[in-house]
Amino acid sequence: MAEPAPLWTALVLPVALAGAAVVTAGLDAALSASAERGRTASARDFLVRVAGPLREGLRLLVQQRRRTKAADTVLGRLGVVLVPIAAVLAGVVLPLGFTAVSDLDVGVVWFNAMEALAWTAVWLTGWGPNSALSLIGGYRFLAQGLAYELPHMLAITTAALGAESLRVGDVVSAQQELWFVVRMPAAFGVYLLSAMAMSFWGPFDQPTGQDIAGGAATELSSADRLVFLGGRWLLLVVTAGFSVPLFLGGGHGPLLPGWSWTLIKTAAVLGVLVGCRRLMPTVRMDRYMKLAWVVLVPLVLLQALIVAVFVLNR
Amino acid sequence: MLTDVTFWVLAVLAIAAGVMVFRFDSMARATYALLTSLLCVGGEVLLLGLDYLGVVIVLMMTIEMAIMAVFMVMYMMNPAGLMPMTMVHNAKGAAAICLVVFAALATGILLAPWPERRGKPPADPTKALGMSLMGPQMLTMMTLGMALFATIVGTVVLATRRGRYDRFGDDLGGDHVVGPGGGAGR
Repeated sequence: MAEPAPLWTALVLPVALAGAAVVTAGLDAALSASAERGRTASARDFLVRVAGPLREGLRLLVQQRRRTKAADTVLGRLGVVLVPIAAVLAGVVLPLGFTAVSDLDVGVVWFNAMEALAWTAVWLTGWGPNSALSLIGGYRFLAQGLAYELPHMLAITTAALGAESLRVGDVVSAQQELWFVVRMPAAFGVYLLSAMAMSFWGPFDQPTGQDIAGGAATELSSADRLVFLGGRWLLLVVTAGFSVPLFLGGGHGPLLPGWSWTLIKTAAVLGVLVGCRRLMPTVRMDRYMKLAWVVLVPLVLLQALIVAVFVLNR
Repeated sequence: MLTDVTFWVLAVLAIAAGVMVFRFDSMARATYALLTSLLCVGGEVLLLGLDYLGVVIVLMMTIEMAIMAVFMVMYMMNPAGLMPMTMVHNAKGAAAICLVVFAALATGILLAPWPERRGKPPADPTKALGMSLMGPQMLTMMTLGMALFATIVGTVVLATRRGRYDRFGDDLGGDHVVGPGGGAGR
């Protein structure tokens, strides 16, 4: 059972998530740099590479804003700021160890609702600038959502079903003896796939793909670009972090305290996701759509059925 | 006190956003004004203590409106819906109908003999809802589910320009036929 956290944690949460996002983005940038320019000679070189995204962020802050003709600025800006806001709101139910900022009764559904908000935000971002390529990017993400959202929902429902509760704290306590990843491996696999798809990242980066010059982010510049692309890293961190209470036993683990297990497991999931991005090519939307509806949905349904039978027999 | 303030803020926002649906001259803005209104309604349901229903309204309406925006823009007569348009047609007739309906509903609200509250709210409304849906309302939900599923399958079949029989032949045994038209796996 998760304990209620004091109110000040609500202020710390965005900062902590942003810190995790900067570190993840930094390590990913360091990996990219060593792939392009060879290994680093010294620890200092390595740190310079890790700080790359941070420098890029500062550069964006002082960059002059570019405008497009007849843009719908209100909707575009709304979409841009909604991405990080939705990510942080989803993070409210993330437990660090056994304490979340708010352990809502229906935390699992809340998380899903906030992800849906981020999903529409990308369409708004693509729509706003009145530019063809960014509009295509926005539409691609809507199509991608139709492919990943259903298997994703079924996967997190399966975890809630296994714990017989929609409260994240209960899902964690149900895994004291056996992690859900053992009991429902298919749901975990689908969750990891959709975590990448949801943050339109790695093999699922078509909405901001290079073939359409950056897609939804094409026309973004200055702070807009920083908020949008930073929000995407936040989404990745939050969705990766949510797999820990859902499938990896949350703060449960030997010797170390709960919070350190949460951090270790989240870092491991993020490591897997970053690795996937480097190993897998971009997936075409219609192909993934077919896989999602023909293979993944029946697979997760079957998984849910097995878990349901198991729960009924307990 | 705080509940009252939240209720009124959400109520006013919901109605204001609802009015803006008909004032905006862009399909995208109208759709997202409607979403704002519906999210405020979801907030009101949360205020009632129905956590599950409130969050599900937020979830479903967000997904619904995002998809609706695409369809509405697609059906607009101007390309991409970026040009100004109007949400109001037959303004005078519509205003008359609205006034009559509003008057009828308001009279109904004021004249109806509302029953006194009996019983108490359940300790766990989410569980009570689930028991109701999966108990007394099971038949309704199963029928509804089948009807919706049949609609989805029917729509997809009608919308597919080039299905697997076109691509693989009548016995589905042919080689991968490459040709014009869409369809996954082409």
